[in-house]
Amino acid sequence: MALKLEFHIVGGDFNLAGKASSKIKKKLVQLNIEPKLIKRIVVATYEAELNVVAHAYSGILTACFEPLFFTVTVADKGPGIEDIEQAMQPGFSTASKQVREMGFGAGMGLSNIKKNTDELKIESKVGEATTLFFKIYY
Amino acid sequence: MKIAEIIKLTEARVIAGDPDKPINIERAFSSDLMSDVLTLDDHQIVLITGLANVQLIRTVEMADVPVVLLARNKKADEEMIQLAEENGIVLLGTPYSIFRASGVLYENGLKPLY
Repeated sequence: MALKLEFHIVGGDFNLAGKASSKIKKKLVQLNIEPKLIKRIVVATYEAELNVVAHAYSGILTACFEPLFFTVTVADKGPGIEDIEQAMQPGFSTASKQVREMGFGAGMGLSNIKKNTDELKIESKVGEATTLFFKIYY
Repeated sequence: MKIAEIIKLTEARVIAGDPDKPINIERAFSSDLMSDVLTLDDHQIVLITGLANVQLIRTVEMADVPVVLLARNKKADEEMIQLAEENGIVLLGTPYSIFRASGVLYENGLKPLY
């Protein structure tokens, strides 16, 4: 039976960033998933979580543990992405100085999510919201 | 290389975690850019960094990095220590700069990632 976990993510709060990914990691370890796969899943999830913290006002991250695959949907309320293709380019970033000082915002997040996942979909409405979905097969 | 040897070579002190953890570190990566750490495929590494914040610990948790060496005695706060302990991460602090710590460890056999 599929297991679903939902997390609320607060934009701008770097102290809480990673909490959802951490809980998901612990669940995957508990489920005895192979460590290399766990790393791919949690790195992609953490990048997606960080994107909400760095760019949006708030978001809901939903993780689904299906029998054959794992999915994450992150739906945020925020500024949206004007040009998704451009945002996917390694090195392109609109991150603030504060985000960069934390060691992020190098424009590597979305391409890293793509690298670690089997399926990636991003939909965005400028000025309103962005939804990111990815799938990784076990 | 054992964690104890990393400690000896860099005159480091243990900030959090168990330095007797039975792991063999073969490679090192030096960076303050967490985005870069998140792209690494190899994970039995020591990360040498000058960045000391909670996101450093979160990043190494996700990237499965077992040992972190804070250069120039950067202070780790309570939250970082607690998170490291909770996740079995060995957090070390060295008075050496990133350059010197990297150099000493390289000279003594740790390989680079790239």
